[in-house]
Amino acid sequence: MKIIATALSVLLVAATPFAAQATPDDDLKAFRAYFTNKFPNVPQNDFINGVYALDAASREQWEEFEEFPSYEIAVDNGEGKFHTAFANGKSYADCFPNYKQGIKQNYPYFDTDKGKVVTLEGAINKCRTDNGEKKLKWKKGEITEISAYLASLSRGQIINIKVPNDAKAIAAYNRGKKHFWSKRGQLNMACADCHYYYSGSKIRADILSTGFGQASGFPVYRNKWAGMGTIQRRYAGCNKQVRAKPFKAQSDEYNALEYYHTYMSNGLEINGPSQRK
Amino acid sequence: MRLTAHILTTTASIAALIGCLGFAPTIASANEAADLAKGKALSFDRKKGNCLACHMIEGGELAGNIGPPLIAMKARFPDYDKLRAQIYDARINNPNTIMIPFGPHAVISDSEIDLVTKFIHTL
Ligand code: HEC
Ligand code: HEC
Repeated sequence: MKIIATALSVLLVAATPFAAQATPDDDLKAFRAYFTNKFPNVPQNDFINGVYALDAASREQWEEFEEFPSYEIAVDNGEGKFHTAFANGKSYADCFPNYKQGIKQNYPYFDTDKGKVVTLEGAINKCRTDNGEKKLKWKKGEITEISAYLASLSRGQIINIKVPNDAKAIAAYNRGKKHFWSKRGQLNMACADCHYYYSGSKIRADILSTGFGQASGFPVYRNKWAGMGTIQRRYAGCNKQVRAKPFKAQSDEYNALEYYHTYMSNGLEINGPSQRK
Repeated sequence: MRLTAHILTTTASIAALIGCLGFAPTIASANEAADLAKGKALSFDRKKGNCLACHMIEGGELAGNIGPPLIAMKARFPDYDKLRAQIYDARINNPNTIMIPFGPHAVISDSEIDLVTKFIHTL
């Protein structure tokens, strides 16, 4: 069974809205317009709240959670760790000189010198290794405390991902786009099936959130996880749901997906960290 | 295991006996009812058909609404084979469908698809 699922997950069927010549900006305009037309009663910036933008009953419950949010401890811990010196006397603040103004809205970005997508978690771990410290685990735990603190300083800032005119940057963007729109896994579903075409519908008892805005709230404290997780932890969960083999956190594949997926929320505010069911 | 086998043979011989006595139709409908119960269980089971993820089905709880409610199926699918084909591979009717290609991706077996189709056709 597992073997079949794995084999099938490689069998990607490139799905429809895939005009090769569309620029990222064209893509974003079309993406945004689709959701604002589909949900005319949702104010644009409310899409950052996931399903809670779409369903009044879930929202009420969520607002109660947000009064005493479970991510608060992560933010506090993150703040403490962010300002604690590494063994060499430096600290994260030396790696992120602009952190006070908020930096999360600019991640992930494309590093044209290295030819790679840089996620916030990637930059956090690079800061550590550059200063002689060990890498943190990628998807949960301490790394989400640091990123939760940084996200909290970016609240209200406008997501502003850039795709420079660079062949590799465009290739990374297109790779992420392809991941989002391609069917995968034994169950043969694309991110777009659930978070574009059927956003707002119910899959069993869950309402499906809109791909537009999903990147805003991370990292999240998820009740189901009883803890914090990065956006790539969520990608892995959504891949597994359709019985596709998840990729490794911070793999080129997920970094490309995060790049495209976050670009698709450009113009919306950062609302991380947040609380999720 | 032995015991089950024994019960099964016993049941089978009773069945055969009753069959001889001319109660065949009753037995056929007992089998039919068992198949329908199996089909229903397969349709509802999250690890099998999990049709409820997307379709409202009478008797099922926490149904999704991605696909149409599965009601009046005989009216919509007078042809049983067409219904089976839809369940086997929904992509034939809609290449970009979100519905799972149950047959080609071996999500459930061919005989399970028969049982599911039988049950769905009664709705
Ligand atoms: C089978 C349906 C399905 C597929 C396919 C799917 N997801 Fe999800 N996803 C869900 C459900 C259900 C949730 C929880 C409810 C919600 O927030 O939408 C969720 C939640 C999420 C969230 C969290 C949203 C939030 O506000 O907390 C993100 C991000 C996400 N999905 C991204 C993806 C990406 C990227 C893909 C493709 C790799 C994908 N999903 C594929 C069903 C799916
Ligand atoms: C992930 C979603 C999903 C799942 C799971 C699913 N379906 Fe569907 N189904 C759909 C959608 C959407 C349609 C509408 C046609 C289309 O888009 O292809 C549909 C259409 C149908 C139809 C045709 C209805 C009509 O009136 O034309 C039948 C019959 C059906 N599904 C049966 C099933 C059965 C039986 C199962 C489980 C074994 C199942 N479906 C599982 C999404 C799903």
